Amino acid sequence: MTENVGNVGTVETKYYTFGNSPKELTLESGEKREPITLAYETYGKLNQKKSNAILVLHALSGDAHAAGLHKGDKRPGWWDTMIGSEKALDTEKYFVVCSNVLGGCKGSTGPSSTNPKTGKPYGTKFPIITIQDMVSAQRRLIDHLGIDKLLTVIGGSMGGMQVLQWMIYYPDRIGSAIPIATTMKHSPQQIAFNEVGRQAIMADHNWNNGDYYGRSAPDRGLAVARMVGHITYMSDVSMAEKFGRRLKNHGRPFKFGTDFEVEGYLRYRSDNFVKRFDANSYLYITKAIDYFNILNGKKLSKIFKDLKAKVLVLAFKSDWLYPAYQSREIVKACKLAGVDTTYCEINSTYGHDAFLLEIKEETHLIKHFLRTVSNG
Amino acid sequence: MKNPSSKLEHRIILDWIRQYSSVLDLGCGDGELTTLLVQEKQVRAQGIEIDEQAIHECVAQGLSVFQQDIDTGLAEYLDKSFDYVILSQTLQQVKKPDFVLKEALRVGKQTIVSFPNFVYYPARFQIFFRGKVPVTPSLPHEWYETPNLHFLGISDFIEYCTQRKINIKDSAFIRKHKRVRFFPNFFAEIGMFLISDEQRTEA
Repeated sequence: MTENVGNVGTVETKYYTFGNSPKELTLESGEKREPITLAYETYGKLNQKKSNAILVLHALSGDAHAAGLHKGDKRPGWWDTMIGSEKALDTEKYFVVCSNVLGGCKGSTGPSSTNPKTGKPYGTKFPIITIQDMVSAQRRLIDHLGIDKLLTVIGGSMGGMQVLQWMIYYPDRIGSAIPIATTMKHSPQQIAFNEVGRQAIMADHNWNNGDYYGRSAPDRGLAVARMVGHITYMSDVSMAEKFGRRLKNHGRPFKFGTDFEVEGYLRYRSDNFVKRFDANSYLYITKAIDYFNILNGKKLSKIFKDLKAKVLVLAFKSDWLYPAYQSREIVKACKLAGVDTTYCEINSTYGHDAFLLEIKEETHLIKHFLRTVSNG
Repeated sequence: MKNPSSKLEHRIILDWIRQYSSVLDLGCGDGELTTLLVQEKQVRAQGIEIDEQAIHECVAQGLSVFQQDIDTGLAEYLDKSFDYVILSQTLQQVKKPDFVLKEALRVGKQTIVSFPNFVYYPARFQIFFRGKVPVTPSLPHEWYETPNLHFLGISDFIEYCTQRKINIKDSAFIRKHKRVRFFPNFFAEIGMFLISDEQRTEA
């Protein structure tokens, strides 16, 4: 296993800027955006027919760095277990593209980018963005790369929402789609968890209505938001297995420090998170997720009516944040539209995080599915 | 579950199914029959299966399959949306065979049902002389581990179809890789039926 880590080699993030007048991107809100930059990475080679391209779509905290190693870095990209030579998305066969979403903070235009009109970061002056806007921007990148039709679009969680948006918005541009651990619309429970995170950020006085660039950032607020997130990504069982009730400093009386291992883990992970993530991006992206509803008053039987692509829907049994019933709704819509669909509910105790961790099962299913798709 | 006569059973199903038709295989298992239908009859196939491992095997063979409990019905499918619905060695294992069969007949223009004949003679002899629940090649499980929830004979099924005005368009009976022509309810280990809820005149 370890020798396969980062087997696509050293990679570099690239940047594509587009949308100079009159080709601005019109957002779902109706607002037109001047130049937008997307950070992206590619792995593998695009074939002559340009028919082997896979677009990987990341979740809330992800970025363009999905696989391989950045120069001098020891940690590989966030889905390195799935992308590489002889992995699920086999870079010997496929050309894999992953871009940071619009609104993100890892190289793509977002609230922390400089507003060309003021020369200062946008902050909360950044326009409201949606999942559809993220996908519209990705389509421009795919055009730029000269790809007419993607072999597949794949992603988990918010990445899965973008997959669904591709299925509806650009059905002719995809040969297949793999939405994982996702939903057609965010439920009240899911919105509620995001709202707790946002409130934590906004309650941090460093947030200062989003105007904190160049001074202390609302790190505590963002860390609490991330802690809530982490809890929802795990399961009762996975937390019990990972931490139990083990204490960090054995025998010491409690002093509201990090007594339990689970507390230490949450603090450690969230402290790392604030180093690499922008609080305003967190606000904007979670709002985009919460507003996501591809049904939007449309009938379930109608939403995929133009879709010719083959679809593989994956869910995980212990995922209580994006429960399997939400994936079954996607499957139901596919059935009603007569879309060629495969659905598997993978047995896992990891909770929502399973889409990043249940590599063996995902690899088996995705590898064979892609083989069928590329032969068909 | 593999049964010793499955090869012949699959041959007969192949004969019943039109080329290029659409097929919904309920309880498709590892996808052996479905794959055969795709390869030899170029059907557009969709499988439904509850077991995760079986799903993995189906996907490895390039099949489209849903993980679902067929006892919950086929509500998302419109009436007559498939040319054939197949219940191969499945009906006796579902909780609500009556409901599942109704759904199959609704969704399929034709439905193919095959099941182990619980009352063929070796089973009868075991019950009669040994006084025990039969364990035979087509009913290979002990009572405590059998996946079969319902036990029926060929005559039971024919009577059921008559009562519900289900049209039996064709039937076949198998024992030890051979067709059985006489007294199938006594001699056949597997009963197979091609049925539909449409009026006879149409056939």
